[in-house]
Amino acid sequence: MSTTTPTSAATSAPTSSGRSRTRTVHLGSFGRQTVAGLRMLLVMTVLVGVLYPAVVWAVGQAAFRDQASGSLVRRDGVVVGSSLLGQQWTGPQWFHSRPSVSEYAGDTSGGSNLTATDPRLLREVAQRRAALGAGGASAPADALTASASGLDPHISPEYAAAQVFRVARARGLTTEQVRRLVTDHTQRRTLGYLGMPRVDVLELNLALDAAARR
Amino acid sequence: MNQLVALGTASFPDAVRKLNPQHLFRSPVMFVVWVGAVLSTVLAVLHPSVFAISVAVWLWLTVLFAGLAEAVAEGRGKAQADTLRRTRTTTTARRLLADGAVEQVAGADLRLDDRVVVEAGELIPGDGDVVEGMATVDESAITGESAPVVREAGGDRCAVTGGTTVLSDRIVVRITARPGETFIDRMIALVEGAARQKTPNEIALGVLLTVLTIIFLLAVATIPPFAGFTGDGPSVIVLVALLVCLIPTTIGALLSAIGIAGMDRLVQRNVLAMSGRAVEAAGDVSTLLLDKTGTITLGNRQASEIVPVGGAHATDVNRLAFLSSLADETPEGRSIVEWTRTQLGEYVVTPEGSTSVPFTAHTRMSGVDLADGTQVRKGAASAVRRWVADSGGTPSADLTEVVDGISAAGGTPLVVAVRDADGAGRTVGVIHLKDVVKPGMVERFAELRRMGIRTVMITGDNPLTAKAIAAEAGVDDYLAEATPEDKMRLIREEQSGGRLVAMTGDGTNDAPALAQADVGVAMNTGTSAAKEAGNMVDLDSDPTKLIDIVAIGKQLLITRGALTTFSIANDLAKYFAIIPAMFVGLYPGLDSLNVMRLGSPESAMLSAVIFNALIIVALIPLALRGVRYRPLRADQMLARNLLIYGAGGVVAPFIGIKLIDLLVSLLPGL
Amino acid sequence: MGTTLSGLLTIATVVLVLAVAHVPLGDAMARVFTGERHLRVESAVYRLCGVSPSSEQRWSTYALSVAGFSAVSIVGLFALIRFQGSLPLARGAAMDTDTAVNTAVSFATNTNWQSYVGEVGASPVVQTLGLAVQNFVSAAVGLAIAVALIRGLTRNASTTLGNFWVDLTRSVVRILLPLAAIGAIVLLAGGVVQDLTAPEVVHGLSGVDQTVQSGLIASQEAIKELGTNGGGYLNANSAHPLENPNAVTNLVQVVLMLVIPFSLPRTYGVLVGDRRQGQAVLAFMATLWVAMLAVITWAETAAATGPLGAMEGKEVRFGVWGSTLFAHTTTATSTGAVNSLHESYSPLGGGGVLFNMMLGEVSPGGVGAGLYGALVVAILAVFVAGLMVGRTPEIVGKTVGRREITLVALVTVTTPALVLLGTGAALALGTARAGLLGTGPHGLTEMLYAFTSASNNNGSAFAGLTADQPYLNLTLAACMLLGRFVPILLILALAGSLAAQRRRPATDGAMPTHTPLFAGLMVGVAVLVTGLTFLPVLALGPLAEALS
Repeated sequence: MSTTTPTSAATSAPTSSGRSRTRTVHLGSFGRQTVAGLRMLLVMTVLVGVLYPAVVWAVGQAAFRDQASGSLVRRDGVVVGSSLLGQQWTGPQWFHSRPSVSEYAGDTSGGSNLTATDPRLLREVAQRRAALGAGGASAPADALTASASGLDPHISPEYAAAQVFRVARARGLTTEQVRRLVTDHTQRRTLGYLGMPRVDVLELNLALDAAARR
Repeated sequence: MNQLVALGTASFPDAVRKLNPQHLFRSPVMFVVWVGAVLSTVLAVLHPSVFAISVAVWLWLTVLFAGLAEAVAEGRGKAQADTLRRTRTTTTARRLLADGAVEQVAGADLRLDDRVVVEAGELIPGDGDVVEGMATVDESAITGESAPVVREAGGDRCAVTGGTTVLSDRIVVRITARPGETFIDRMIALVEGAARQKTPNEIALGVLLTVLTIIFLLAVATIPPFAGFTGDGPSVIVLVALLVCLIPTTIGALLSAIGIAGMDRLVQRNVLAMSGRAVEAAGDVSTLLLDKTGTITLGNRQASEIVPVGGAHATDVNRLAFLSSLADETPEGRSIVEWTRTQLGEYVVTPEGSTSVPFTAHTRMSGVDLADGTQVRKGAASAVRRWVADSGGTPSADLTEVVDGISAAGGTPLVVAVRDADGAGRTVGVIHLKDVVKPGMVERFAELRRMGIRTVMITGDNPLTAKAIAAEAGVDDYLAEATPEDKMRLIREEQSGGRLVAMTGDGTNDAPALAQADVGVAMNTGTSAAKEAGNMVDLDSDPTKLIDIVAIGKQLLITRGALTTFSIANDLAKYFAIIPAMFVGLYPGLDSLNVMRLGSPESAMLSAVIFNALIIVALIPLALRGVRYRPLRADQMLARNLLIYGAGGVVAPFIGIKLIDLLVSLLPGL
Repeated sequence: MGTTLSGLLTIATVVLVLAVAHVPLGDAMARVFTGERHLRVESAVYRLCGVSPSSEQRWSTYALSVAGFSAVSIVGLFALIRFQGSLPLARGAAMDTDTAVNTAVSFATNTNWQSYVGEVGASPVVQTLGLAVQNFVSAAVGLAIAVALIRGLTRNASTTLGNFWVDLTRSVVRILLPLAAIGAIVLLAGGVVQDLTAPEVVHGLSGVDQTVQSGLIASQEAIKELGTNGGGYLNANSAHPLENPNAVTNLVQVVLMLVIPFSLPRTYGVLVGDRRQGQAVLAFMATLWVAMLAVITWAETAAATGPLGAMEGKEVRFGVWGSTLFAHTTTATSTGAVNSLHESYSPLGGGGVLFNMMLGEVSPGGVGAGLYGALVVAILAVFVAGLMVGRTPEIVGKTVGRREITLVALVTVTTPALVLLGTGAALALGTARAGLLGTGPHGLTEMLYAFTSASNNNGSAFAGLTADQPYLNLTLAACMLLGRFVPILLILALAGSLAAQRRRPATDGAMPTHTPLFAGLMVGVAVLVTGLTFLPVLALGPLAEALS
């Protein structure tokens, strides 16, 4: 006669040893659970609210000081921006960033939230096209649209190319010189496939300034 | 099918009666439809239009069809109940008084433990146990089986049922059931559905259907603010139509009919389930305890071999065995005749002038006295030994060895002996009677194994015998030399492992085990105690039927699941009919969702409503008959049923609604 | 390399990383919740909190612990926000009472819906000691509930489900903290800020001033994604270059969001003693994830052929593919962080991310919540289709009876009810309607998105909605609260009911819940139930917008 052995519970309690003891504490009341909860919250606050960020901060200070403080870009010892943040560029001598709802002020961030068919966006796009002048009709998408953050540091290589002629003329450089600068500052996809080809506008403008000074 | 139509027509008045909302409270789904029908009727009266009136009419028809399904299912039971009731004529009983005198009382006045006398030709006035005498009883009133059965005092064949007729002899019956609570009364209540309670799974399914109804109620009730945000929302009657199409009306309408029909299928096979719960449990059974004799093996042993002893010649032994059994009408005897006849071939002599000696309990032998004075006997070893010894002979030396060998192999030895007219008796051979596994059982058990059901053979045989038969029959396990306590222990063991156990039994000592088992099928021939303990009674007393009962239980659950799936899957097509129709005025672009290219918004919505009502009628036969059940592995069964009722449920309404729309579009005013 | 190939390879990288990581992580999590020993730091935690780690809790006590802890979390966070002005590093940050209620509920429910603007609403103290702490513990609560449900399925005739305080502590100490630390350092290396100095105002080259934000962002960013929380330190969330500087950090964030939810099915399989059970759940989650990613990416790449290139509200460094991968993942995981503006998506793209949330956050859903949500779908599928094999429905040996299906059905109805009633009421009300940016069907979708996000504890938004108003702050808070804790309470009751049952041995007769067919069935049930519930409103919102 064979017998069926009862299936043993696969998940043993973390504390099955405690089950044999009669000292099973039933913190029955909501009040007692809440007190325990308060103490737990305080302990967790110390653990993951103080210690954890402190350790990460310490690692940052030790190993990634530049990144930890916002990847600031200095020229002649003066901070001129963050390599991660786009800026508002006015005047024809600069490569312009994408349109930004916040005009790159940085005190807050965000976008328009408008859909591609929203009349308000279409109006703005028409204005942006007009502002681009002759190139407006064939402007690349990023020249016409605002980013999600309002701080997009990049433009597409196409938008950069579209600005070469204007910048060169304003700076008195040849388009060939400027185009080479653009090519030099065009970042390819990371590892060859991650993300998009892009141009960091601050870096390009810094290089442009440097080239103009020479 | 014609029968169904007839039943449907006959049940129509009952269906109309079920329009009473009080009745509908039991089914929240149909209650919502009823409220919708009332609402749409009011609206159709206030703002009459072809569309509004049509919707109102079809919503009422939906409620009516649901009632019809239930009425038809109940109708089949009612017919059966009427037949039973006819047998329950008022009887008079002859009550035995303490002093031995007899008095005439009305059957209805009998009390528990009254003793009544019943003689040939009389109706047994109530359920009870035979306490004196033995009689043949015609039980065709409840079993439909016309062959009379023997009922006798003591033992496991003492129970008699009120309403059955004694054919011969005289018995004294001790009444064990109060009038009105007899077996036939309970049977009538059961088949009529009066005692029907919702089963656990039916309740659980009901909960799910109710919650689905709430979800759809929310989805539909919030359409006005959503649509109103950008324009005019759909009218109330359209919302009612959408709601009724979305809530699971198909299964909601058929749910109770499926349950009633499931019980009914058992009744048709002469099994009475005392509760719907037991039928459901039958589907879940994972261990079957089967008695060996009569279930796994043929009730009777058959000759498989004859071993000569004492140097006798095989042909002589065969001939003597043949002669000794010629007059033996028992199945064993017939099997010996048959077996020896094939062994002897053409060389068969039917002697003239011989006298057959029948088996008696006293001699425990049977045989024949030939015209020349030769006596041939066969019987149990001990009896034959004594017969031989009494005649001055000695049983041959190798007899014991052969007899023990046959016993050890699981067989029953019958010793054949002969005594010439003047000589002493001598033993010549031993007939090996063997248990014969019923044909088809091996396949049946394999099938059960595939269904995930474990079979355990219960037998009083010794372990060696039991093992041999178990192996031959292909059961998964066996319990040898089983006592009632052993059976009980086995059931508890299986249950503690989370398995549901089904068993059959007939004796009083089976009662505890029958009560403990999840499905306990008592044989109708069994004792009242056994019938009381089990939750099903098999009127045919056929233990093999346990396997059919499991199949019926499964079929009940499958039917419920299949129709639920079908019902929910239907909603997709209904959405594609109604949503574009409802909002196309607001957003003309949504017409591209009208994949069925239905005529007009009104015809589209009405077609969905009509389809929703007609599908109930169309599925009544399936609900009553049950989904075809084939013993397959669960995953195969799932794949098959999902394809038919899931995928089918998605596709069917697309076709149905389109066809209805083609007709409805012809209606003027739509 | 073409953009399509680059996008596909990026997705392939995510899939590959998850395929490799889910096995060891799933196994490790199974050990975390079954191990007998307590780490020294854990023992210290139990001592400090006055809880006995060896006491086993009934489902009701477990639920009381969850309730007590969450109540304290909400009140504590609310107090911290309201008093932030009096605390160090305030820097002028402030929130109104209703905004503070909304925020406190939002972070304690793992939703991280943000009515406030990160740069001005929350001081570094609130961010780090309040919001980030809730990012950890609310995720840990989700894990605890999932484990309690698994114990309900595996225990045999048991009255208890384990100990909430132990599950919570172990989730934080052994799972979330180590992974978050690794994630934070990787993000830090990638350029995410981790600094406590005040924001610096920079004088730009072209003469325009710009504020460069600071804060302990990297540490918060990691747990924001890992715990499927989603509340950005800064308003633009993961679209902000200081939170998500490049394609690599973007990929890391996507993986962080997915890694625990996609590993939990493995944990489930190991704990129930049949890994195939976990594989079926994983297949269910993965199928939905891939299918919806395909839909959303298709919708956006199709929209990108237009003159605006679908670039409104998207960052150049991520492009369309990097944005949709993130948008899809964040809505499929109940995270709610965004690296692009969902409201600016095409109607079908935006409808796709909306549908992700409507599915009930099961593809793969939030930390813990995704698994228990998927198991609810499994039980529902088992109940309906399981009947079709002719047995009372059962899952891993536990019967789905009246009590179980009642609880499961109530879980299923809770969030749709909140979404439909909440949206309906808000649209009928002038004050709420005034907050809409969009008009017509898009406006409907905008409001629907808000209530879907809150009720499903996602937290992303069609951010054109001006949600920082008393009515929406409070109703959305109610949706977050009910959408989180009503299901949790029901799930714990379910776990208790299942634990009390004897476990039936697996036989061929029971419906197999480990097969591809069953995974497909779960997909069908999830899609059908969601579709049937929301089709009318989807027709009036995204579909009407797309088809007009």
